[in-house]
Amino acid sequence: MKILVCITNVPDTTSKISFTDNNTKFNTTGVQFIIGPYDEYALSRAIELKEANGGSVTVLNVGEADTEPTIRKALAIGADDAIRINAFPKDAQFVAAQIVAVAKTENYDLILMGRESIDFNGGLVHGLVAEALGIPSVSPVMKLDIEGNLAKMAREIEGGKEYVEATLPLVAGCQEPIAEWKIPNMRGIMSARTKPLKVVEPTATESLINMLAYELPPAKGACKMIDASTPEKLFELLKNEAKVL
Amino acid sequence: MSILVFIEGVEGEVKKSSLEAVSYATELAKKKGVATTAVAIGNFSATALSSIGKYGVAKVLHVTNDKLAQVNVMAYATALAEAAKKENAEVVILPKSSAVDAIVSRLAVKLNAGVVTGAVDLPDTSGGFKVKKSIYTGKAFTTVELTSAIKVITVAKNAFPATETGGSAQVEVFAPAIPESDFSIKITKTEKATGEILLPEADIVVSGGRGLKGPENWGMIIELAKELGAATGCSKPVSDMDWRPHHEHVGQTGVKVSPNLYIAIGISGAIQHLAGVNSSKCIVVINKDPEAPFFKAADYGIVGDAFEVVPKLIEAAKKL
Ligand SMILES: Cc1cc2nc3c(=O)[nH]c(=O)nc-3n(C[C@H](O)[C@H](O)[C@H](O)COP(=O)(O)OP(=O)(O)OC[C@H]3O[C@@H](n4cnc5c(N)ncnc54)[C@H](O)[C@@H]3O)c2cc1C
Ligand SMILES: Nc1ncnc2c1ncn2[C@@H]1O[C@H](COP(=O)(O)O)[C@@H](O)[C@H]1O
Repeated sequence: MKILVCITNVPDTTSKISFTDNNTKFNTTGVQFIIGPYDEYALSRAIELKEANGGSVTVLNVGEADTEPTIRKALAIGADDAIRINAFPKDAQFVAAQIVAVAKTENYDLILMGRESIDFNGGLVHGLVAEALGIPSVSPVMKLDIEGNLAKMAREIEGGKEYVEATLPLVAGCQEPIAEWKIPNMRGIMSARTKPLKVVEPTATESLINMLAYELPPAKGACKMIDASTPEKLFELLKNEAKVL
Repeated sequence: MSILVFIEGVEGEVKKSSLEAVSYATELAKKKGVATTAVAIGNFSATALSSIGKYGVAKVLHVTNDKLAQVNVMAYATALAEAAKKENAEVVILPKSSAVDAIVSRLAVKLNAGVVTGAVDLPDTSGGFKVKKSIYTGKAFTTVELTSAIKVITVAKNAFPATETGGSAQVEVFAPAIPESDFSIKITKTEKATGEILLPEADIVVSGGRGLKGPENWGMIIELAKELGAATGCSKPVSDMDWRPHHEHVGQTGVKVSPNLYIAIGISGAIQHLAGVNSSKCIVVINKDPEAPFFKAADYGIVGDAFEVVPKLIEAAKKL
């Protein structure tokens, strides 16, 4: 089975977010970059499927050269090879077009992604790619088993779960608890250095959206403390002051 | 030209987030001087559909195809694209939800439309078409300009109020052609908590963390939620340990909620938990540790033992 896993290079979940250049650029100072947490679930499941069924796992990232440490980490975790599309990931539709261009020539059985990126939070790329390829997409997938040509999945819905089936090829947006994150071992880290990482130039696409400027939410006011001996005071304040009851 | 808005239902009724999307759509239509059409797919009661008119739409297209009784991502995208073409829609508005998230990208491709998910405000149409959305999991916002002829937007929950303006809608049956290939995803089983208030939809959420010590102590969380008409949520370790079901897990890797009131009990306030709650209007934190980071993100706080404070709150809630 030939699996493609699309990964993002995103600020660590504990990062403080700020912007520079008059609020048009993300401030990378002091920020640690990681594989998107949902993408890492996708990668972990891909490796498990490969271990069980054979085949290959390729990771793909649309990003500039500074994302390579994150791609190498995915190789250390167990992907066989990697593709970096050499471009700033300007928006979901641009990213999807790049993935589609690769997928059209490579004919993957399974394309796994995260349910959403934790920087743009679009939740779009999987559906965009699948629609362009004319194949099914399922998200958010919390369980994925492959039986022959059939993918059996559990998908989270509001207030519950839905079990779905579809034949391969297929695109899935993954989330926990689809697999356990894998910690790269020494051998993985060593071998990652020499695994193939192909750099591909982007294909041109029509631009449909432009990100104009960023802003931070307004600062939170001070927290009003209520004495533990009179918690009923809380409801008074919620009713008359905050007006949320 | 017109504006199309998608109506999502739950058990035959229109979801609150759909009414918010309708108000959003009619407000935008007013600005642009065009009409709004709603599209509902699947089973709805007749009164539910005509009552959408109270929120300002004159026409509702109802797709009654039996095969669409359950949400089928590919077929729903086709039906919506057909409705958009029929109505010559310039903007398609959808309420953000787990089902819509999976539909909207496919719809955008079909319409060659620019797409923005989770808009938090009405578009600025004073020069171009700009929408604000939250990014970095609620830690920031960005303004996005859509330059395509057709635009697709999902509206974040609780970001725009549903407002009744009077009127009633005419319901028209709409039967778009849907290719067989759209049914390649088969739903084999659905497990859904019925009768409960859905967490992503709730106006009030009562959430518990590891500070509650074990699943046997959730009785008081559920009781407080019931008294307040709230949904229950939890932190990630709580669902990881199976104290609560996974769909209640709130945060960066779980459900993102934006209720009017979020009450966090025995949750420390790790940044990944806050990422799921920071668009709540009002946050109350109950924690025995005055240094718990959650207090920094809270509007109201009680430093105290949950096992003493919550029973008192339940008593007080009964008198509300
Ligand atoms: C990539 C990543 C993603 C993550 N995503 C999420 C996510 O989506 N959601 C999430 O919640 N977490 C997430 N986490 C985990 C997060 O970092 C925290 O570990 C978690 O939120 C802690 O849960 P907690 O507050 O319930 O437990 P704890 O941190 O153990 O806090 C328990 C709190 O209860 C208080 N307490 C104890 N006893 C009492 C009592 N009797 N009365 C009142 N208070 C009491 C304590 O003072 C403490 O503050 C993620 C972590 C990572 C690395
Ligand atoms: N720049 C990128 N490179 C590779 N994959 C990406 C990129 N951006 C997004 N993806 C994939 O698409 C998923 C959804 O992203 P998004 O639509 O931005 O929320 C992510 O979880 C990744 O799997």
